[in-house]
Amino acid sequence: MRYRFAISPDVHARDLPTWFVLNTRLQRALGRPGRATVHDDFGALHRACAAGEVDLVYANAADTVELVREHGFLPVVRPREVADEAVVVVSATGPVTELDDVPDRLTVAATDAPDVERICRILLEPADLDAGAIDLTVLRNYVLVAKAVITGQVEAGFFLRRAHDNLSATTRGMLRPLISSRIHVVSHCLLLAPGLAELREPLRDFLHTLSRDPAEQSTLAELGAPHGWQPANEDDVEFMVDLMDALKQ
Amino acid sequence: MTTSIPAAAPPHRPLRDMTTEEIVGTGRPHRLTYHDGTSRTVLVTDLETSFPTGELIVSQTDTDGVITMCNEAFVLMSGWSRAELLGSPHAILRHPDMPRAAFADLWATVGSGRRWSGYVKNLRRDGGFYWVYATVIPKIRAGVILGHTSVRRQPSRRRVEAAEALYATMRSEENDASRVQP
Ligand SMILES: Cc1cc2nc3c(=O)[nH]c(=O)nc-3n(C[C@H](O)[C@H](O)[C@H](O)COP(=O)(O)O)c2cc1C
Repeated sequence: MRYRFAISPDVHARDLPTWFVLNTRLQRALGRPGRATVHDDFGALHRACAAGEVDLVYANAADTVELVREHGFLPVVRPREVADEAVVVVSATGPVTELDDVPDRLTVAATDAPDVERICRILLEPADLDAGAIDLTVLRNYVLVAKAVITGQVEAGFFLRRAHDNLSATTRGMLRPLISSRIHVVSHCLLLAPGLAELREPLRDFLHTLSRDPAEQSTLAELGAPHGWQPANEDDVEFMVDLMDALKQ
Repeated sequence: MTTSIPAAAPPHRPLRDMTTEEIVGTGRPHRLTYHDGTSRTVLVTDLETSFPTGELIVSQTDTDGVITMCNEAFVLMSGWSRAELLGSPHAILRHPDMPRAAFADLWATVGSGRRWSGYVKNLRRDGGFYWVYATVIPKIRAGVILGHTSVRRQPSRRRVEAAEALYATMRSEENDASRVQP
């Protein structure tokens, strides 16, 4: 049976070829055909998951809650020593320089990444901004989010830390990080549909071998796991799921 | 005829009185009585420690509220060592300004499998305090409640002031109620 591998919409376009190469190698390692698909945004990915069209997905922490709890997906691996953190940015030349300057209502641009949105909303709570005080505009990618903040179209932007770091130095210079998360324990996780449970160990073996090969360093970095992967054990993932669940507003 | 029942093992490490050497500044003594009937003297000061921006304070307990896990931010903010925290009841952080009703509500909510959220003033080992916005969710695995997880985040100042006023009223009502009962 052909497996269907969903590449996460938050993968940087520059790194997509590496994900396709990974899928080619996975097919060889698993001895079965598989198709990798890039979803344009999280809305499209969520629809595919709900329709049962996804067997393997490198899911963000907020989607992991849903996929593990509602659909019985199995955790396979997570990146070693890599945490997903988020950052709220404002314009470098704007009036807001610290959290205390934030007005009662805030216009914000973000992508539709649910983990980033959840964490950034929490980061703004100390400024007394709850769900109703944020006017959110969803844009297709982080470059557009940066542009919306720089041109003053919105007052703030929500970024995955890694995506912010990936912006050009010029763009970053025009933005001011206002507040950053330091949660440490939230990360993406490779999840497998329950119907393909027999692939879990072969997947772990293959990714473990890859993680230990010094020649794979740049590949691993492009996949967002510069220190390789570790088996995602049920307890760790359940804990992360509870934590993300607790952060729902 | 009497049947002898073997004494149950103590459910957790008992909480001891706070001593003046442990605290920073001059503490006001309060006698706290816990839900299990045990009590201890705590010493409280007006020194507030502010929440570490961007972090979360996380702990887990068993079904009786005995701490089984906590993160580094928890250790730093509470002032206790990890070894002292693990195995102690979560009430080690109970501040005398917190009304009983808040915790009664917490336990009733998580006991029925639902999440609880609220503002909590916590007592530090050094007699000072810190405010959090806490969410407690039952740790349900394979349909069984194995314990509870609490995730605390930084509260807004305005919400803390509102909670302070509300809790002061609730506490004075609790004190009145306890006076009429001999
Ligand atoms: C997961 C969890 C976290 C808790 N966190 C706190 C806390 O941070 N501070 C606190 O005073 N009580 C906390 N409690 C409630 C205590 O267990 C306890 O009910 C409370 O301190 C009042 O003490 P008493 O019930 O012994 O009278 C927590 C309970 C649970 C289950």
